Amino acid sequence: MNTSNIHSHKVSLRLAITDALVAGLIALVLFGPIVGLVLDGYELRNNMGVAFIFVAIITTGRFFASLFFQSPIGVRFLEKFARGRKVRVTVAQASTNKFKKLLLPAIFLAALSYPVIAHVAPDLLGVFGGKYGITIMILALIYVLLGLGLNIVVGLAGLLDLGYVAFYAIGAYWLTIGYAELGLGFWSVLIISPIFAAGCGAILGFPVLRMHGDYLAIVTLGFGEIIRLVLNNWTSLTRGPNGMSAPDVTFFNMLSFNKRGADNLQPFHEFFGLEYSSSFQFIYIYWLLLIVVFLVLYINHRLVQMPVGRAWEALREDEIACRSLGLNHVLVKLSAFMIGASVGGVAGVFFASYQGFVNPSSFTFLESALIVAIVVLGGLGSALGVTIAAIVLTLLPELLREFSDYRVLMFGILMIVMMIWRPRGLVKPVRPAFESDKEQVKQKA
Amino acid sequence: MDLHIFIQQLVNGLVLGSVYGLIAIGYTMVYGIIGMINFAHGDVYMVSAYLSAIAIALLSIFGIASAPFIIFVVLIFTIIITSCYGWTIERVAYRPLRGSTRLAPLISAIGMSLFLQNYVQLSQGASTQGVPNLIKGNLRIGEGNDFVQITYAQGFIVISAIFGMLILNFIIQKTSMGRQCRATQQDRTMAGLLGINTDRIISTVFVLGSAMAALAGVLVTLNYGTFDFYIGFITGVKAFTAAVLGGIGSLPGAILGGIVLGMSESLFSGFINTDYKDVFAFCLLVLILIFRPSGILGKPEVEKV
Repeated sequence: MNTSNIHSHKVSLRLAITDALVAGLIALVLFGPIVGLVLDGYELRNNMGVAFIFVAIITTGRFFASLFFQSPIGVRFLEKFARGRKVRVTVAQASTNKFKKLLLPAIFLAALSYPVIAHVAPDLLGVFGGKYGITIMILALIYVLLGLGLNIVVGLAGLLDLGYVAFYAIGAYWLTIGYAELGLGFWSVLIISPIFAAGCGAILGFPVLRMHGDYLAIVTLGFGEIIRLVLNNWTSLTRGPNGMSAPDVTFFNMLSFNKRGADNLQPFHEFFGLEYSSSFQFIYIYWLLLIVVFLVLYINHRLVQMPVGRAWEALREDEIACRSLGLNHVLVKLSAFMIGASVGGVAGVFFASYQGFVNPSSFTFLESALIVAIVVLGGLGSALGVTIAAIVLTLLPELLREFSDYRVLMFGILMIVMMIWRPRGLVKPVRPAFESDKEQVKQKA
Repeated sequence: MDLHIFIQQLVNGLVLGSVYGLIAIGYTMVYGIIGMINFAHGDVYMVSAYLSAIAIALLSIFGIASAPFIIFVVLIFTIIITSCYGWTIERVAYRPLRGSTRLAPLISAIGMSLFLQNYVQLSQGASTQGVPNLIKGNLRIGEGNDFVQITYAQGFIVISAIFGMLILNFIIQKTSMGRQCRATQQDRTMAGLLGINTDRIISTVFVLGSAMAALAGVLVTLNYGTFDFYIGFITGVKAFTAAVLGGIGSLPGAILGGIVLGMSESLFSGFINTDYKDVFAFCLLVLILIFRPSGILGKPEVEKV
């Protein structure tokens, strides 16, 4: 785009045509061989039609984009766009909005009642009804948990962790190995898992947190891959690619969800006089998970307001300034890393028990990248945005089954577009405001 | 430890290492000039492997059988189109992000990497692809069972890699464009003030890096014969390791790092354990970044306010 034309507000058709032709030519060079000629053994299959459609789309798209950005509306749009990128954290008005206070309990109750509706009246909810719907929702909640955990590390503390899936894997394998080697059950593992994962976070994090942004990203990626490769190759402990089975989830160690009961536990449905259904176990996991998610949301909400939360955000914005002011950057970063890791570990335990089985192929780099995508789309630092992004990104592929092949492709494009359009996410990060009691008294008077 | 096996592993390592070195050049040049890790670079290499196989298949349709001619045409074809990919990636995903937040380019690069992998997977299919063996024959040194074998394809890789690096060195050291690249690397603002079109230089750097990755892609395809849409990730990370090992931002460092990494990986898988050879490379990466982030030839980085 020619900058002189932006200011003169003159629409040049010739420029638009040149832009379009150049874009079309490049598109032809790019798409021609890869899309147009498909390898089939040592032969080629002609698929040029599709390639030409792509080229046509890009040429016309570039033509109209070029025209649009030359018009007064387009110029104003560009200016607004440039301004929008400079938006930083805004401080909320201290308000006592009744609507907001009621909204959260309402969502909680709705989420709580969801599995009951899905179980009793599955037709009402379409795809999301019945046992299948509940399992999708469990997966969505697991991603919410992962998103929230990574959000503390990436969004708040600004440490790009590309190996977050390592802690997810540690949590999941902690359950299966704890069961196989130490005879631990779901509950004991669940309670120890945050501490265990945080410990692993400290061991992995301590040596690397002195590094600056990009190097940290690569080292964490390295750790993530090392953990996966070790899980894959240490067959005597993890059974390698064959995977391990997870222990059954029990109703507070008192009742079993199996049809006939197990380990001297009475079956759940007999105790409550219900008809047996395999959904009970998933409803139970869903409820537990929901409580954990809301607990993490609450902890996150409090942490952001605490000095440590403010230190994270300050460190994200300007590390040198923070260190000059006497913040111990390693400790502050380590706390973020450990809290993030512990949330990831809990998510891993839930993942293993919901699947009933884990193997290393669930913990590839792609998984890490998808969690990063969730955090990026939700807005780096906004817990609300991350929650919404995680739910949308897990449920959308279920609704758009025909497009499921294009899921990762769309994630990639979305990540690029988000970085260009709104590097700080869709939801504007808002920091809560505080008012001293005196001021409140003054206002009332 | 048998000497001939040791030498054989060193030869294999040299071949592997020159490929890593060629890809590492792309990482090191981009990092030197705009300070970002071009995460999609490994996938550019993957695209070039597909392009070279497509070119070979295309030539066989026209009934051309002369191996030197095929290799020559494939190199030209792949390098030009891969350079176009490099240029477009920079233009679409990185240039709009100049002056954005610190993490933005890296996240955008990860997005681009995911995009390229799936774009190739969707258009070319997920299965492993292959090419016919064009460079046949080998050279054996030694007698009986104790011999060191160097295939002509391996020799071709090392010679082409050296040749490619010499051309690049000539461009960077002797031409006006190369001088502009070096100036931009030293101080982008100052170079801009002195009339260098820094955006164009950054594009040039991406094109040069992609051309080197394309050369690596062709050479690997000719030697190993098989590839899939996922090779870019692991090779990319290893090439990045090579770049860091040699000292990021330094061209001789990238080549040296590549050869050191290739040889040590080859010796590790030959004498210790093949299953853990990727673990070894990743551990090496982590250890260098922790203990000597400036690498073998790099200067320690000073953080300026």
